[in-house]
Amino acid sequence: MSAPLVIFFVLAAIAVAGAVSLIVQRHPIHSALSLIVVMVALAGLYLLMGAEFVAAVQIIVYGGAIMVLFIFVIMLLNAGEEERTNFSKLALYAGIPMAVAVTGLISAAIVNSSAVAAQPVTLTSTRTLSTLLFKEFVYPFELTSFLILVAILGAIVLAQREN
Amino acid sequence: MVPTNYYLLLSAILFGLGIVAFVFKRNIITIFMGIELMLNAVNLAFVAFSQALGKPDGEVFVLFVIIVAAAEAAVGLGIIILTARNRRSLNVENVNLLKL
Repeated sequence: MSAPLVIFFVLAAIAVAGAVSLIVQRHPIHSALSLIVVMVALAGLYLLMGAEFVAAVQIIVYGGAIMVLFIFVIMLLNAGEEERTNFSKLALYAGIPMAVAVTGLISAAIVNSSAVAAQPVTLTSTRTLSTLLFKEFVYPFELTSFLILVAILGAIVLAQREN
Repeated sequence: MVPTNYYLLLSAILFGLGIVAFVFKRNIITIFMGIELMLNAVNLAFVAFSQALGKPDGEVFVLFVIIVAAAEAAVGLGIIILTARNRRSLNVENVNLLKL
């Protein structure tokens, strides 16, 4: 087995283990830390695919900013362990088949397709990416800055205490 | 080199685990984390296709998805703080204001 394949399987196992841990853990803080493990493993996979800028952004924005926001909110609200309720039974009988069906259908479609063959890894340079971002996708890029502005205003309006 | 199908299968598995987290968890914050997990799975598929087709467009899309996820986290966590303040609980069972 070649070295990239070994690295892939190790990182994939870490990612899946982190995702399972997110579901199994009862305390929100433990779930959040498991999600950080998944995100770091995914950043490693992006590096393996030669997407270096996306890997850096994944670590900085997801692992750094978004998850810190999550943990901050969990600690701010002093969230304890979640309690089991009766409704969980319905989730058990309807949720598990749905999740298995969705995963199975997507996996079957992937396995049966032969269109995408393995390619040698080419490094996507940040220069290529930024040229694309600021030439072809410049209008969507500007729209996302507007979206961020609206989101900040919305978060401020939601979080302020009316006096 | 790693076949693209492996990445896509991993993406499908992570997406399914995200659905399980979304359906099963009772805590609003953990449900939100399930959504983030699904977004990450889709990002992995985007990068895998981008690498397989030899076009960097998919990676630009990943950047957009990350930006939208950041905006979503800001607004969503604001809503969660508001709900927790009004209902004194983080359990989704107690968030039933829109229920008939």
